[in-house]
Amino acid sequence: MNWITNYVRPTINSLFSRREVPENLWTKCEECGTMLFHRELAENLNVCGNCGHHMVITPRARFTALFDNGTFTEVKVPEPIADPLQFRDQKKYSERMKGAQKSTGEREAMLVAKGEIGQTPIVAAAQDFSFMAGSMGMYVGNAIIAAAEEAVKTKRPLVLFSAAGGARMQEGILSLMQMPRTTVAVEMLKDAGLPYIVVLTHPTTGGVTASYAMLGDVQIAEPNALICFAGPRVIEQTIREKLPEGFQRAEYLLDHGMLDRVTPRTQMRDELITIIRMLMNKEPLAVAVAAPAKPEGEAKAEAQQEAPKK
Amino acid sequence: MTNYLEFEKPLAEIEGKAEELRAMARANPEMDIEKEASALDRKAKDMLSSLYGDLSAWRKCQVARHPDRPHCIDYIDALFTQYTPLAGDRNFADDHSVMGGLARFRGKPVMVIGHEKGNDTKSRIERNFGMARPEGYRKAIRLMELADKFGLPVITLVDTPGAYPGKGAEERGQSEAIARSTEKCLKVKVPLVSVIIGEGGSGGAVAFATANRVAMLEHSIYSVISPEGCASILWKDAEKMREAAEALRLTAQDLKELGVCDVVVKEPLGGAHRDSKTAIKAVGDAIAAMLKEMDGQRGRDIRDDRRRKYLELGSKGLAA
Ligand SMILES: [Zn+2]
Repeated sequence: MNWITNYVRPTINSLFSRREVPENLWTKCEECGTMLFHRELAENLNVCGNCGHHMVITPRARFTALFDNGTFTEVKVPEPIADPLQFRDQKKYSERMKGAQKSTGEREAMLVAKGEIGQTPIVAAAQDFSFMAGSMGMYVGNAIIAAAEEAVKTKRPLVLFSAAGGARMQEGILSLMQMPRTTVAVEMLKDAGLPYIVVLTHPTTGGVTASYAMLGDVQIAEPNALICFAGPRVIEQTIREKLPEGFQRAEYLLDHGMLDRVTPRTQMRDELITIIRMLMNKEPLAVAVAAPAKPEGEAKAEAQQEAPKK
Repeated sequence: MTNYLEFEKPLAEIEGKAEELRAMARANPEMDIEKEASALDRKAKDMLSSLYGDLSAWRKCQVARHPDRPHCIDYIDALFTQYTPLAGDRNFADDHSVMGGLARFRGKPVMVIGHEKGNDTKSRIERNFGMARPEGYRKAIRLMELADKFGLPVITLVDTPGAYPGKGAEERGQSEAIARSTEKCLKVKVPLVSVIIGEGGSGGAVAFATANRVAMLEHSIYSVISPEGCASILWKDAEKMREAAEALRLTAQDLKELGVCDVVVKEPLGGAHRDSKTAIKAVGDAIAAMLKEMDGQRGRDIRDDRRRKYLELGSKGLAA
């Protein structure tokens, strides 16, 4: 028995968390190795200021940067039945869920919100890769349906940010059934003549890519995002095919005709506003009025300022 | 020659002995072995019903993948007349892992689409073991559109390990192809019925099986991932496929309970591969019954019902 790990460490951890000492003030960019200060990194939407590498961003941080003044209202997602198969692998599914909820502070792997971007009302949904790899189960399906219903009800476009390792295996066939279920949600938007814009972020794979994430009216990806059905490791193991440089990355898909655009995260908001206002047949914004709020509650009264520059 | 599965080994021994006795008797006509041989037959039959009466999920996976199991091509041969294959996706190629075309089912014109795995080395390679590439889904989309235009019901026969994990398939957008095929399934205003005849592997199956009614053969499976794949990810050990198969709830019986499958079609004793004719006939009757339920319904209602069914799916779990 290791007395130190089992007893002492939890006590120290709980002391630290109570005083809210930030765990890491510095993040090392896994691409270029630059040490990035957490405030600057957050202000740059978790994009490395040195090499442009896009790191994971939580749905809440994304929405805060996306919506005018960082203001948005969450759209309620109907709660599905918990652990429908009473699944257990080496661990119980219910325990994995609790762990993910504790570490992310979120209910599940998708956040749905409504608000305005550049004075343009939208509904947005964002998948949370840090929550069980963003995997798609009943809740994510319900979230997309709720997002589509809200968009139809309020006649707004839906912008969906995808990020997922695939289906939530612990929900078995019910996770697979989210492919047709979410496709019905997309059909609702199309029947109502409302724009459905997908922003694919790193990584978007498996059943998610093979359903709602590939059915957008406009398909945009963040730079270097891995986007695929079968991942590179699976292909190499089963088919033993040599894969080219950059295979299944956003730029590769763009070259192969599978995407409309690859756009850096820091320019995404402006681009979404431009595209949506055209699709919705609205005038262009004469002056970009409301700048997004700074993360971590640093938003000041910036309402009359220009939109953020590139 | 019978291909025995691993769990059928004791059965293979008994059936082998009976066969051996009869062969000896053929060589020595004075020998009287019939009593002994029929006793062995009875024993084999008892063993068959006890083995197949309570198949574990993993054994069902093996039966579902049995090489002698009737495949799409056998069902089309036996259940349809005037089958007229229609080829190609008008874009890149004709995918031989997906069969499809116009045909008559019990006299009425329909569109039939299905995965074909092949039944010997040559045809298996040609059929890519039933793993469609993007062209397969795009052919299916085209055929569903055609059926929709002329008001023909669509019948899909699902039997695939899943989508093909290959470089070209990815480059040509198999995710998009699967997504569009599922979308098309949800769009057509004609009856769409699907039968899982063997393996319903992940997205490759969903692309065809998003239907008004889904039937499954008694020992077929339908799953988000193969038990081997699930075991290697969640158990970090591909050998834990038995556990994974149980946990995934991929059997026709579990899926019926979850509302994913509407009808379980009974297989002959010892599985469809022991009596293809009976199995195929039962599938034909199930298709006819499913189509009959939509007789006289308006196209719009048929489509809306299909969409509603998927929206509502999963509101109940398995009874503990
Ligand atoms: Zn960097």
